[in-house]
Amino acid sequence: MSKSEKKVTSKDEDKKKSDEKAIGDAIIAAANARREELAKEALATRSNKTLPKEVKEKPKEEKPKESKPKEEKPKESKPKEEKPKESKPKEEKPKATPPSKTDTEEESLPEFEKSFVDKISSQFTDDVEVGYIKENRTRVNVKKEKILEVAQFIKDNLPFDHAESVTGVDFPEDKEIGVVYHLGSYTDPTYSKQVLALATRVPREENPNPGNDSTKLPSLRDMFYSVEFHEREIFEMLGVYFESHPDNRRLLLPEDWADLPPLRKDFRNKGR
Amino acid sequence: MLKELVTPQNANVFVGKLGDILYKAVDQPLGMAINWGRMWSLWPVHIETACCSVEFGAASSPRYDVERFGIIEAFGSLRQCDLVVVQGTITRKMAPRLRLVYDQMPEPKYVIAMGACAITGGLYFDSYNVLPGIDGILPVDVYVPGCPPRPETLIQGCMLLQEKIKRMKAR
Amino acid sequence: MAEQVIPTKKMPPGLQVENVDDRIMTLNVGPQHPGSGHMRIIVKIDGDYIVDADPDPGYVHRGEEKMAESRNYITNIPHLERPVIHDSCNILYPYVLGVEDLVGIEVPERAKYVRVIAAELNRCIYIQYWLAIYGIFLGHSTMFMWPAGDRELLIDLMEKITGARVTHAYFIPGGVRNDVPANFEDVCLRQVNYFEKRIKEYADIFYDNPILKARTEDTGVLSREDAIRLGTTGSVLRASGVDYDLRIKEPYDVYDELDVHTNVLKSGDSYARSKIPWLDMLESCNIIRQALEKMPKSGSIRTKLKPNPKGREDEVYRRVESGRGSAGCHIISRGKPEPYRLKLSVSSFRNLIALPYLLKGEKLGNMPAVYWSLNYWPVEADR
Repeated sequence: MSKSEKKVTSKDEDKKKSDEKAIGDAIIAAANARREELAKEALATRSNKTLPKEVKEKPKEEKPKESKPKEEKPKESKPKEEKPKESKPKEEKPKATPPSKTDTEEESLPEFEKSFVDKISSQFTDDVEVGYIKENRTRVNVKKEKILEVAQFIKDNLPFDHAESVTGVDFPEDKEIGVVYHLGSYTDPTYSKQVLALATRVPREENPNPGNDSTKLPSLRDMFYSVEFHEREIFEMLGVYFESHPDNRRLLLPEDWADLPPLRKDFRNKGR
Repeated sequence: MLKELVTPQNANVFVGKLGDILYKAVDQPLGMAINWGRMWSLWPVHIETACCSVEFGAASSPRYDVERFGIIEAFGSLRQCDLVVVQGTITRKMAPRLRLVYDQMPEPKYVIAMGACAITGGLYFDSYNVLPGIDGILPVDVYVPGCPPRPETLIQGCMLLQEKIKRMKAR
Repeated sequence: MAEQVIPTKKMPPGLQVENVDDRIMTLNVGPQHPGSGHMRIIVKIDGDYIVDADPDPGYVHRGEEKMAESRNYITNIPHLERPVIHDSCNILYPYVLGVEDLVGIEVPERAKYVRVIAAELNRCIYIQYWLAIYGIFLGHSTMFMWPAGDRELLIDLMEKITGARVTHAYFIPGGVRNDVPANFEDVCLRQVNYFEKRIKEYADIFYDNPILKARTEDTGVLSREDAIRLGTTGSVLRASGVDYDLRIKEPYDVYDELDVHTNVLKSGDSYARSKIPWLDMLESCNIIRQALEKMPKSGSIRTKLKPNPKGREDEVYRRVESGRGSAGCHIISRGKPEPYRLKLSVSSFRNLIALPYLLKGEKLGNMPAVYWSLNYWPVEADR
């Protein structure tokens, strides 16, 4: 999408260079004003540390994007006011942002991807929320209690037959640990491009005691056998205990590892 | 005359002195011979610890052919070996095993630290599972820098080790 | 008196009846063994037969995923290619594609072709090394010397392009680091043609060798259903009859403009698994020739990045077909110069799960042939 825009701009550059420059200056001025405003706000509410950083980043990103469509000043200044507020939660709930982007900038969601995600979300209305739907990549966020049922549903009704990777992510601010299963399909050629991310969250404990605390998740090994070693890795790296997994043992770390699980955010590499 | 000198009382002392004189007289040429033998038949242990083993393999490939310098291709049984080439990163899990391998080898034995990771930790200086160099667990004879070192560098390191053995006192 | 001192052995004549558990012996293979090191397999054997196998990786676990969280997108490049230094272009490929998605830059057309050529050359370099070690595993000395020698040809070629023998760090977000040298096309074409001629000779000495066939055929058979169920990838999957190659199924860069064929064998034994990479090399030679023909003769090779690029708040999962199979990279970005979380989903780690499955019921003497035929590189699996 940006490719085509670039080509257009490169052709018409000579004609509208001056216009563009004027608009660009105006945008920079507007952005600076907005930045000062936000900086004042940030000074007033110092307790929230995430605000000042975004203030610096946001206007910079918007400059190149919006200079291309060549619109007028007032229209552009509006999204600027909204965007920092949107990203304030800064949370891994991309539910709202990616679809809205695709709606406004491009044609609507890719149909094929939407069709099978709808199947899942219509079956489990309350427990499943759609993370994002992009071309070839989809994500559904599932509640921890329902993960087995959803996985069984995907295995039975959709041609996803193996797990490619299992990622564990630590979210210390939310006191949660995310586990993302990337599922792929070998058997159905129409699904060979698709990667479905099945994501869930488990509670995180300040003082982890892997295996004996609340950081537990049912294992998907019965549905997708290929997660066996991935789940062992996550157990040692993040301390998520997989119930009904036959051997929750160490895999990569040394036998005498007695520190925190290393991929938690409160575990720091030396000097970092 | 000899009979007067050597009495049953001082025979042991005399033999001991004679041994010392003989040792001093023969040590120099014999030691050189021993060292010469050791120098041209270095047998490395086949222990591969990290990614430098790729270049170690290339060093014994037809183009570089480390065998012509008397470094014989990596060998399985560590009871017959006298050289450890530490091929790269030593993690905390590998370190006790490396020491175990080293302890099982017969004397004399030599160590080459190959690659930046084996020398200082290299690229992984801040990793939680990597030792900052192998000096803490093995006595290193020659350091071969590089990430990974080219086979030529490894061969040069081996030749430096040979030079060192040549000048060593044979035990 | 004497009768009491001598212990009386109650050995029944003929077969001795004993508890089955007593006959089973645990054997440690590795981490020092005369094949590729950095890996331990704990096997339980009953006589000559393996009844249980438990792989114990992690001897080269260097915590790359944790390190990536404290380095920015550019300084991550050198240490992320270290897991497979002899396939460094391909292991870096998904990361670079992912960062390009996050930062939002386009790659020039010429750079895409240069990338494809470099990736295919590197695939050949990787497979040649793998084949050489397979020769050592099977006690076939010539099969170590030939690939290890021929491999140097392509290493020379890569050295001309990138300046380094194995650790290229050649792919960067936005293109490639530097342009190919002058008259590269001619040199590359000549080398690749010679290389192809040379690797065809391997059939005579290795693949048609009755000893190799006797050792590898019908050992470690992985059926099609199990290959899918275990989630194996790359040559292991294709040797079991599943036609799945990401260069065709999910073409990245310019693979969709090139004529790529997959090699699929149906038998699923060690012989098929050892033959697929060799067929892949022949296919790579074809791809390189096509790419050299179609490559734009001049043009930019890199889109300039900002000095400290920040990814947008998003997550990407990109995957490519590396020398061993699918290599995936999952990056979660939070608008900072460093990734919030970076996960490498590498094919060696995915194929490892097939090892205990295949070894059960095999003879101990078949273990090297099965183990190395899985196209496994321990450093990559440990990360």
